[in-house]
Amino acid sequence: MQLKDKYKDLMDAAVASGVNNLQVREQDGVLYIDGEAPSGVVKDQLWETYNKLDPDFLSGDVVMNVNVSPSIPGTKVKVTTERSNLNIRKGPGTDQPIVGKAAHHEIVTLVSQSNDQWWLIRTNDGEEGYAYAQYLTPEPN
Amino acid sequence: MKKIFSALFLLAGAITILSTAAPGCKAKPKDANIKTSIEAALKSDPQTSGLSVDVKEGVATVTGEVKDASVQATVATIVGGIKGVKSVLNNVTVTPPVVITPDDPLTMAVKDATKDFTGITATVKDGIIYVTGELKSADWKKLKMALDGLKPKKVDAAGLKISK
Repeated sequence: MQLKDKYKDLMDAAVASGVNNLQVREQDGVLYIDGEAPSGVVKDQLWETYNKLDPDFLSGDVVMNVNVSPSIPGTKVKVTTERSNLNIRKGPGTDQPIVGKAAHHEIVTLVSQSNDQWWLIRTNDGEEGYAYAQYLTPEPN
Repeated sequence: MKKIFSALFLLAGAITILSTAAPGCKAKPKDANIKTSIEAALKSDPQTSGLSVDVKEGVATVTGEVKDASVQATVATIVGGIKGVKSVLNNVTVTPPVVITPDDPLTMAVKDATKDFTGITATVKDGIIYVTGELKSADWKKLKMALDGLKPKKVDAAGLKISK
């Protein structure tokens, strides 16, 4: 079966939910889905749909890189770690020295999203550096 | 004089036959034949072999995806050059190939992404991220979301066990 058929519901959901710059490409037996979701909720729904079509994402035939559209610098973001503090580093990478920490559920200011994985943030205490984007969730306005 | 007259008569006869026969039997290729010729021309190049074509009264409509704009332009030239094609409707779209992160930066990024996940190992080879070990379903979802964002060729979880 063609991957575009297997994952048709996912494609349809991406289109219907208003994913921007949506690109769906099949190459060497892998379906690549790229785009920008209008919100984190839409991104979560797409992953729910993906999970239904390929339980626990174990087939390895999809790479879905749908980011939430960049927030405006100055936006408040929440530290959404499991329970621990979030390291703030000098540069984008775990090999970079830690220059500060943001507490679990602390609200910090987004400075730049120029790197997809590492966002530049500033805490209320004025500490500025890079934190892993996975643990940062934009606050609803 | 008689010879010239009879020759003229024959010529006139031939013209009459041709002109009456013409509407029923046009001396140009049929749509189906044009389609076959175009398909053969497109198949000869791997960059255009995936395209499909439809011909109606000499108008060729080409659809499909190519990797860049130059190939898209070539399609119009190739198809327009086939005998019998009156015009070309180029509905070919450009889809750039997927860019895969090279192994070195990918390995670094995977290290960052997996830092807080215990019980698994992730390795990178030829753009593929191999994840082995055991993870809770919810944690694997988080990790897979992060790994897909690193632009790998694929995420291979054949060696991963999902626990509840």
